[in-house]
Amino acid sequence: MFVSLKLVPTEHVSLRQCGILTSHKELILSIRSTACYRSMANSAITLVSWWGGVQMGPPDPILGVTEAFKRDTNPKKMNLGVGAYRDDQGKPFVLSCVRKAEAIITSKQLDKEYLPIGGLGEFSKACAELALGADSEVLKSGRNITVQTISGTGSLRIGANFLSRFHGGPLDVYLPKPSWGNHTPIFRDAGMQLKAYRYYDPSTCGFDFKGALDDISKIPEQSVIMLHACAHNPTGVDPRPEQWKEISDIVKKRNLLVFFDMAYQGFASGDIDRDAWAVRYFIEQGHNIVLSQSFAKNMGLYGERVGGFTVVCNDAEEAKRVESQLKILIRPIYSNPPMNGARIAATILNTPDLRSIWLGEVHGMANRIIKMREQLVAGLKKEGSSHNWQHVIDQIGMFCFTGLKPEQVERLTKEFSVYMTKDGRISMAGVTSGNVGYLAQGIHAVTK
Amino acid sequence: IVPLAVSVNRFEVPQAAPVAVFKLSQDFSNDQFPQKVNLGVGAYRTDEGQPWVLPVVKKVEKIIVHDDRLNHEYLPILGLPEFRSSASKIALGDDSPAIQEDRVGAVQCLGGTGALKMGAEFLRRFYNGNNNTKTPVYVSAPTWENHNAVFANAGFDDVRPYKYWDAENRGLDLAGFLGDLESCPEHSIFVLHACAHNPTGTDPTQEQWMQIADIMMRRKLFVFFDSAYQGFASGSLEKDAWAVRYFVSMGFEMFCAQSFSKNFGLYNERVGNLTIVAQDADNLKRILSQMEKIVRTTWSNPPSQGARIVAITLNSPELFSEWKDNVKTMADRVLLMRAQLKAKLQALGTPGTWDHITEQIGMFSFTGLNSKQVEYMVKEKHIYLMASGRINMCGLTTKNIDYVAESIHETVTMVQ
Repeated sequence: MFVSLKLVPTEHVSLRQCGILTSHKELILSIRSTACYRSMANSAITLVSWWGGVQMGPPDPILGVTEAFKRDTNPKKMNLGVGAYRDDQGKPFVLSCVRKAEAIITSKQLDKEYLPIGGLGEFSKACAELALGADSEVLKSGRNITVQTISGTGSLRIGANFLSRFHGGPLDVYLPKPSWGNHTPIFRDAGMQLKAYRYYDPSTCGFDFKGALDDISKIPEQSVIMLHACAHNPTGVDPRPEQWKEISDIVKKRNLLVFFDMAYQGFASGDIDRDAWAVRYFIEQGHNIVLSQSFAKNMGLYGERVGGFTVVCNDAEEAKRVESQLKILIRPIYSNPPMNGARIAATILNTPDLRSIWLGEVHGMANRIIKMREQLVAGLKKEGSSHNWQHVIDQIGMFCFTGLKPEQVERLTKEFSVYMTKDGRISMAGVTSGNVGYLAQGIHAVTK
Repeated sequence: IVPLAVSVNRFEVPQAAPVAVFKLSQDFSNDQFPQKVNLGVGAYRTDEGQPWVLPVVKKVEKIIVHDDRLNHEYLPILGLPEFRSSASKIALGDDSPAIQEDRVGAVQCLGGTGALKMGAEFLRRFYNGNNNTKTPVYVSAPTWENHNAVFANAGFDDVRPYKYWDAENRGLDLAGFLGDLESCPEHSIFVLHACAHNPTGTDPTQEQWMQIADIMMRRKLFVFFDSAYQGFASGSLEKDAWAVRYFVSMGFEMFCAQSFSKNFGLYNERVGNLTIVAQDADNLKRILSQMEKIVRTTWSNPPSQGARIVAITLNSPELFSEWKDNVKTMADRVLLMRAQLKAKLQALGTPGTWDHITEQIGMFSFTGLNSKQVEYMVKEKHIYLMASGRINMCGLTTKNIDYVAESIHETVTMVQ
């Protein structure tokens, strides 16, 4: 049912000007649940919205933490939510190699013509070399295709879409339990099913190696397995090299397609080659992996959205075919990627001086985090905590899975204004020498 | 090192055909002919045939690089707030009642493509029921070739053409267009070109837009504007936004995908904005919250550089004024080339009528050359244009316009 009103069409009037909206609110609400429609003749007024049935979406579990943090007025508040690096003053850190690269780029006065669909060539090449190693047989034989993507998320998205369309095996992705929260909706949106393998052992706050091997050994052949290359998010728990070797063996036996997510190369140990070890080992072992890379953290280029997606193929001819299909996937999403960040990253990677500076700065960031881990544990001991906090030091990368339960997390947030995700994950990057003592106090208070 | 034998059959990946417009540019690049002309891909060129970074953009980039307060932190999921609001104002007008009524929102996206993508994904999930992939999506015949793929990839099963271009009369097939609006299933989605229709350069008149709007309102059709050339078409932001603003004033709940690639010359920074006009603030809030979820699984948050440039420009009266001048410079050069091309063809006595060259608007012109004639142009004259007969006026310069006019004359006389 509908109401139509005639207006003399002397000028365009809005609904509000007619004083219509509020008086019809009840009417709108009562018919909202049925088909949404409009009725118009000449200049009558629409009543019912198309979007009456659209629910309010929940706040993003990770980015929503920052929103809540912003609203808090406590001067001692700490944001340990999102994984963005902070210096020891708690400030965002723009790497000096980035500033130098920007100056070089500005002086070149480049045009702003569209990039190719697959992105800036010199970036993609350098991106692949960084991950695989300059002497990689894969690069020499040209059997990889690497495209520039919208940071790590965009890379995973393209990868998921590619697998969904072309993977011959089951469209099941096995994620480690737990994994980055956004992995699940990305793969689900792409039409894949999500499954899990055991990974984190809450009793040790460490790696459940036995559980992982056991679960992986049962994964149906040709399924997709997601592996975090280093600095596992959210737990910070990485397999040791000997453990990686066994994982590689069992994955090979089960004939699984390996999808590596490497968002923290350089950031975990401070050494880019060390952090890429698992990726390179798997390739040497004959796995034709797919790989997502992000430069958000290791170059501090968060908002510039710099990433790469790589498919290691059988040969250069297959790589060409895969490339053509990746372009077909990318074009209807965003046509071609943004230049700025990729240009900065390429300049850094391809200019020896800047590359050295970068390696030093990445090392510096990783070291500060390691130091904060040590100081936090020392602080907890000082507070008199009787718990074993060794895992805080053993875990690696930006995040620490404290082992705090949801109720304890809630108390930490409510009573101490320390913001973190419900799973007990804290971003060590948000910890400084100035606030690590306060954090120790808070954690001790909710766990004693 | 032996790749796993089983991976040979893992990907059944056939070679995909290259995107036509990029292949054209590639072929042009490879051509050695000294007088070759590229009338293909849609980017502005100066009279020297060079890309043009707008002077205001260079100025603003300097400001950004020297501002120590700026960093590279993540933008919010929906993008830079100052960009989103000022971009929507550009489309809807500063004094837009809809904006004053707090029922206009926006999502910063990766170019116009990204804005179309986000809108399409939202519509597929929430329009005309939930996940109703059967809702027909109508795109003009012809249209920008990526429209089809954007909506199909967003999950819509039924992307169809609506009559638009009258090849015989080289103009708008209004009767056909209105006929399709009358006969299509209710609730169908229509992708409308706000101005400077790509590829035909032929826009409805204001009266014709009013007729279109009437039918769309009566038949409950969804309005999705694609606005990639605001300012670039006529040289006036207001004039080029007339259709969008008219539909808003009619009371439609609608989407408008905006691109700043052409009018800011920021092609490779991927600056776009999906403007959402909702019925009220509450609807808008819910829509934006769902948009966040879609953004999060596609690119998490958008790139900051291009949005910063646009936001700084639009929010400073001086820079805004300078930008409008830069836009007018581009639009005027295109208008000049149109006028000159038509004049030269008429002077040569080229068979056919050539009024459409100056009647059409924006970057593109549908010359009316058929595929045989286009092939002749490319192969014999080394003038690169799309198989549809579409030319990019920006590829014309005072130096090559005689050659192009003579070539068209030769082609039309020699090839039927």
